[in-house]
Amino acid sequence: MAKATYFSAAGGACFILALAIAPAKAEDPTQPWSQADSYYGPTEMAEARRAVQKEHGGNTMYYVLADRLEYQTNDGDPLLLFDGQGWWGGDRNKLTLKSELEYDLTADRFEEAEIQALWTRPIARYFDLQAGVRHDFTAGADRTFGVLGVQGLAPYWFEIDAAAFVSGDGDVSARVELEYELLLTQRLILQPRTELNFAIQSVEEVGVGSGLSTAEVGARLRYEIRRQFAPYVGVSWTRSVGETADFARADGEDPGGVSFVAGLRLWF
Amino acid sequence: MYSRRRFMQAGAAGGVIASATGLLPAWAKSASAGNTGIFELAGNSFDLTVGHSAVEIGKRRGHAITVNGTVPGPLLRFREGEKLTLRVKNMLDEDTSIHWHGLLVPFYMDGVPGVSFPGIKPGETFTYEYAVPQYGTYWYHSHSGLQEQAGHYGPIIIDPASADPVTSDREYVLVLSDWSFEHPHKVFARVKKDMEVYNFQQRTIGDFVSDVGKNGLGATLEDRAMWGQMRMSPTDISDVTAAAYTYLINGHATADNWTGIFNPGERVRLRIINASAMTIFNFRIPGLPMTVVAADGLNVRPVETDEFQIGVAETYDVIVEPKRARAFPIVAESIDRSGQVVATFAPEPDMRATAPLLRDRPTLTHKDMGMAAMAGMNHGGMDHGAMASGSKAPGPNVQGSMDHAAMGHGTSADTNDGAVKPDMASMPGMSEDKSGMSSMSHDMSGGAMQEHNHKTDAGVDNVAMAPTNRLDEPGLGLEDVPHRALRYSQLRSLDPNPDTRAPEREMEIHLTGNMERYMWSFDGVKFSAVEKPIIFHEGERLRVTLVNDTMMTHPIHLHGMFFDLVVDEGDHKPRKHTVNVKPGDKLSFDVSAEHVGDWAFHCHLLFHMHAGMMQVVSLLPRDGAAPIAPDEMKMDHKAMGHEGMDHGSMKMSDETMKPREISSPDHSKMTHGSEH
Repeated sequence: MAKATYFSAAGGACFILALAIAPAKAEDPTQPWSQADSYYGPTEMAEARRAVQKEHGGNTMYYVLADRLEYQTNDGDPLLLFDGQGWWGGDRNKLTLKSELEYDLTADRFEEAEIQALWTRPIARYFDLQAGVRHDFTAGADRTFGVLGVQGLAPYWFEIDAAAFVSGDGDVSARVELEYELLLTQRLILQPRTELNFAIQSVEEVGVGSGLSTAEVGARLRYEIRRQFAPYVGVSWTRSVGETADFARADGEDPGGVSFVAGLRLWF
Repeated sequence: MYSRRRFMQAGAAGGVIASATGLLPAWAKSASAGNTGIFELAGNSFDLTVGHSAVEIGKRRGHAITVNGTVPGPLLRFREGEKLTLRVKNMLDEDTSIHWHGLLVPFYMDGVPGVSFPGIKPGETFTYEYAVPQYGTYWYHSHSGLQEQAGHYGPIIIDPASADPVTSDREYVLVLSDWSFEHPHKVFARVKKDMEVYNFQQRTIGDFVSDVGKNGLGATLEDRAMWGQMRMSPTDISDVTAAAYTYLINGHATADNWTGIFNPGERVRLRIINASAMTIFNFRIPGLPMTVVAADGLNVRPVETDEFQIGVAETYDVIVEPKRARAFPIVAESIDRSGQVVATFAPEPDMRATAPLLRDRPTLTHKDMGMAAMAGMNHGGMDHGAMASGSKAPGPNVQGSMDHAAMGHGTSADTNDGAVKPDMASMPGMSEDKSGMSSMSHDMSGGAMQEHNHKTDAGVDNVAMAPTNRLDEPGLGLEDVPHRALRYSQLRSLDPNPDTRAPEREMEIHLTGNMERYMWSFDGVKFSAVEKPIIFHEGERLRVTLVNDTMMTHPIHLHGMFFDLVVDEGDHKPRKHTVNVKPGDKLSFDVSAEHVGDWAFHCHLLFHMHAGMMQVVSLLPRDGAAPIAPDEMKMDHKAMGHEGMDHGSMKMSDETMKPREISSPDHSKMTHGSEH
């Protein structure tokens, strides 16, 4: 049988390979391929084999996107908004984090603060299934939800992020976000976007009524100085609907309004 | 002479890392730096050091991973059949390797970590020893990580043992490559996160308006709807473009103006190597016809052309005969036409040719989706009868996704009489999202339907339903140029094919991927998920059919053997190691399984390979089977090490380890007036 012999020089700085004549040899049936094992040793080859397979298609990486990092005029009651997500993982399994923070500059407090931790797995060519938890840190309304959603690219290049949420009290709500990118030039991009929130039950303490609760429609015009760095301006129209609007009015809030926005879209 | 000798001595000394910017090996230098054409020079012992070096490209400083301190690395020139010793020292802090691209070496000398050897650890020196039964133009590069993108590549010329049928008065090597000032892993990660990150040639509102003007609103909307339904873009041609790359000829950007000189009336041989990581080039010398004399190192019957598309890792040798004393531009334009590199070919070293303007970017069509010929496929002269029976041939089956019994090769024969009715529901992957495919459902009755018996999960965004043989096409964007453009179908081997047996077994391999997710694979299985290699049996003659289900051109490379591209059923098929498989293409090659071992098989677009488009061909010894008699082979396999090489003598003593004086070659052999 073939033998591979190694002579390690001091310090391992150099190794010399000696090859004995190698007649036809049996493969190791436990390995996908193993003909080099008889020249270089099965242990070393097994390690290299694992590494080369992982290297070609099995890598993990991370992604961070601040889709909306912006200032909103919000009818004289300005807000800072962060809407972003990121993931870490490979093609099959990813850990996704999503967060939306709304900071009321007048009241000097978070209007809304949520974070989601989701396990993401592809279920179709352009869609991922996401499951996990969401926690809202909003003052007085700390709540935790179970999340099940899909995120992906629908025909005609609509980016969809749709999820259902079940609170600890069993209240069910849902959110659908839809975005589209229209290239005016290679770097000047108009992004219409809409977000619809639904609820099955009314939950008065957080001011949400059943049915369609809030709708937001906006458009942002960004300039990609680099693809990863794009300042933008835009307009956003938000409106509470039905019972949710009634709750808002009862609280002395305006159920709808137009905001002018300016911000940055970043990813890395 | 001085510069050349200096380089050779540096090599012999075990690799002096050149930190000085702008230093290039003699062969890669411009005429203004003393390069008047390379000449015959053979060594048989080389010392190569892989390390980090600073380089200057287009007047900008960058960091490279180099062989002996330069990008590209040194030219290795030796003689057919000569026994070589190549000591490769790794000065990096990560593993490295050198793969000898296209060279028929014993598999354990092939230099693919995890497949043919363990790789070269930091600080180690690995000694490659082999002799090759071939001559021509080849190259070498790292097969570790993304080092090739960082500069780890160089040319190889093998001189024939006897007279070269191709004669010339002067010759140059032209190594084409794509240089990035950004770290290769960063570039890869960006593409993985946003596949259009480097595409600044997408369709915009302006294109919509002009298309409406040209084709009318209805047709334009229909076109946009079709692409929109598919969620694909007709401008996805190169994943990485000139937005990230500086394209190079011999390490020179356009600004560096590499210049090769000639005397009018001379026959000049250009050995063109595409050593890019990710860039398929269109190569031309406007005003100067080129006679292609070799492809992938092996001689072909001379064919004159004006332009050719050269896939990553392919090589072409051309003869040019400039009659007039003027400067010609040497142009290598990226396939997506986002950029180009222009060098000068002139009678004087200080001339500069006028660079042509970049041409309009091409766009993909129905044909590139594999939807071109729904009726009547051109199988390029394949013998369907033979294919059908071939699939029934005995012999151990290839496992899993390669189950040929289940692959329904009979179908391709059946489609000739249009008997197959398409069944969308039975096509895996199609059922997942029929709405997206509704535009494909028309016009398919009676057409040639491609079977897809491979994995089609989220990693596969498209299957070519009616791929066509595209060997008779010059490549994306060259269909309508106002001059001749080379097609594979024009190539014929100069020598008769060494093995003219009819294929006794055939297999089909699909090139698959998901552009949006940037996943690439063969038969829907990324290399990271491969459990069984592709099996070849020693002595058998195979027909391998590649079906490109993706919308990109993939230069597919098989290590360790030349394959005969099935351009016809004759005995002068062009023999290649790498073939550009066009989008929606279906092509075949015949290959003789000769050299036992595990051989890498992959897309030579480095990031596609890195994302999973790789496999291993395990060529297993066939016990008891009659081996191919050596005299049936044109090439001298005795020199290849499996049979005749004296392995005992490869055991290294101190004496054989001593580098031979490669700085003192036989000067009598250096002809061609190199001193002037």
